[in-house]
Amino acid sequence: MASIREQFEIPGKLKTWSYALIGVGVLAFILGLVTKGIGGNEHDHNVFIGTLMYNSIFFTLICNASMFFICATTLAMGGWQVVFRRIPEAISTMVPIFGSITFVILLYIIGSHNHHIYHWLSEEAKSDPVLKGKLGFLNPTFYITWSVLTIGLWSVLGARIRKLSSEADDAITMNGEAGQSFIWRNTVSAALFIVWFALTVGSTVPWLWMMSIDAHWYSTMYSWYTFASSFVSGMSLIALWVVYLKNKGYLEYANEEHLHDIGKFMFAFSIFWTYLWFSQYMLIWYANIPEETIYFKHRVQGPYRGLFFLNIILNFVCPILILMKRGAKRNYTLITFMSVLIIFGHWVDFYQMVMGSISKEEVTLGWLDFGIAALFVGLMIFFVAKALAKKPLMPKYHPFLKESIIHHT
Amino acid sequence: MAKKKFVVGCFDDEAVLFPAVKKVRTAGYKIHDIYTPFPVHGLDHAMGLRETSLHTAGFIYGITGTTTALSGIGWVFTKDWPVNIGGKPHFDLPAWIPITFELTVLFAAVGMVLTFCYLCQLSPFIKKHHFHERATDDLFVMVIECTEKTNSDDLQAFLRTNGAVEVNVQNAEPGWWLGLYGKEDQLIRDTQVVA
Repeated sequence: MASIREQFEIPGKLKTWSYALIGVGVLAFILGLVTKGIGGNEHDHNVFIGTLMYNSIFFTLICNASMFFICATTLAMGGWQVVFRRIPEAISTMVPIFGSITFVILLYIIGSHNHHIYHWLSEEAKSDPVLKGKLGFLNPTFYITWSVLTIGLWSVLGARIRKLSSEADDAITMNGEAGQSFIWRNTVSAALFIVWFALTVGSTVPWLWMMSIDAHWYSTMYSWYTFASSFVSGMSLIALWVVYLKNKGYLEYANEEHLHDIGKFMFAFSIFWTYLWFSQYMLIWYANIPEETIYFKHRVQGPYRGLFFLNIILNFVCPILILMKRGAKRNYTLITFMSVLIIFGHWVDFYQMVMGSISKEEVTLGWLDFGIAALFVGLMIFFVAKALAKKPLMPKYHPFLKESIIHHT
Repeated sequence: MAKKKFVVGCFDDEAVLFPAVKKVRTAGYKIHDIYTPFPVHGLDHAMGLRETSLHTAGFIYGITGTTTALSGIGWVFTKDWPVNIGGKPHFDLPAWIPITFELTVLFAAVGMVLTFCYLCQLSPFIKKHHFHERATDDLFVMVIECTEKTNSDDLQAFLRTNGAVEVNVQNAEPGWWLGLYGKEDQLIRDTQVVA
């Protein structure tokens, strides 16, 4: 045990990269603010706000997926993830940060009564026969209360689980019965998080934050679809950090067996995403009811046609063909490549989900989108590296550690 | 259907079995197979077995299913018997996907089960020689094939020194043959006569 490098030191290059990305992002934000946010017409303004919105929601959800991963494996009494468990923990420290950014942006949309983004904010909604029935759910008070609760409880429950995890660094607190009690307290905390996760990402939050942009339209698949999207990109993000730390000579006990299981999650949930995507699309296509097909009209037949098919190629065809082989999931290069591809693919997916409804006439994907994404990636690298450096990289006295070290796929 | 000579060594502990496998392989003996009461992790690796191709076969069965479904449905709905269903185009790919998916799974699953049974030589009405009946209960049975260079007495002694609790020599048919369970003795006698 003495020889392992358990303390992560942030390499200078990583810091430089994060500063560079944040710099690019801030520059893009200022330029966007000047040319579109304040300077442009109303449409430009909405595009600017929409870009901030889908980026912040996307990055919040994929960082929160890390905590979901920890809780799901804890509840399943899984031990295999223990050697790299500190990585999803570190990624989940981003939830309060990205969550606050998301909340500020959403609060601004609600506060400025931007009914071009949220149509239910307008005065007409009160007399609209469809929207009238939805106003009990889609109203500023509920929206803000629920968003505060969502982001707040994600952060609090996540912090609770991270705090519990620190106990496993100490040999004295982890002997015999203490270990059992540790597992039990972990299970209870994880269960609390999962319940809240189901009530938020699994149902209400995607309805409120994203689906209500098309206020008249609804899909029962939407939340699961968003969850699948964020979870598969969240797993890819964990894989990227695992590979990065392995490359730097950390995580001696994590090997291709663990990578294989992360790869299985990426593969399986890519297919799960496709299943939901298809279920949503085919039912609407088959029923062919105008108020439902309106959502797909400009996406399949309008300007978003290219992105629509790119979405399926990136998020279904590539993962199923490339990740299917056992060898591919155990290959560091391929997993890195696929992780980047999947994260990019689902970012594009979120783009078309949000911007496809805000800017129906033209696809505005360009420097602003990549710039804002760079800002979030830069912030993520900076803070996750900092969180990783704070704790030992392996919970040395975790009761399931041995199970994880000898893990065999 | 040629009978071969085998030396059989039985072990009652995994921890003894693994070093024994390694020594037997280093000594140059040819392991026919090891029969265990339950799947033993890492034994395939220790025996130097190659990775199974079952999943490649599964992939091929799967795409066969996909092709069958798409070409079948495609032919029926566009060439053979085009029907107007709810005003949808005749070539309505999204509606075909569920069936295509089902056939892909069906072909892959059934094909892989049959291939697996063939590779493991499992089938009704088929007989196989059992080297030791306790292999299904509590013994790890290592079967080593004798070549013309193998001295079976040396090999038996070698297995004993490496922890085998029971050792014997058997002349047996390694493959499967057609037969019924009730007529086991007679069938074995018949094959012995033929051999």
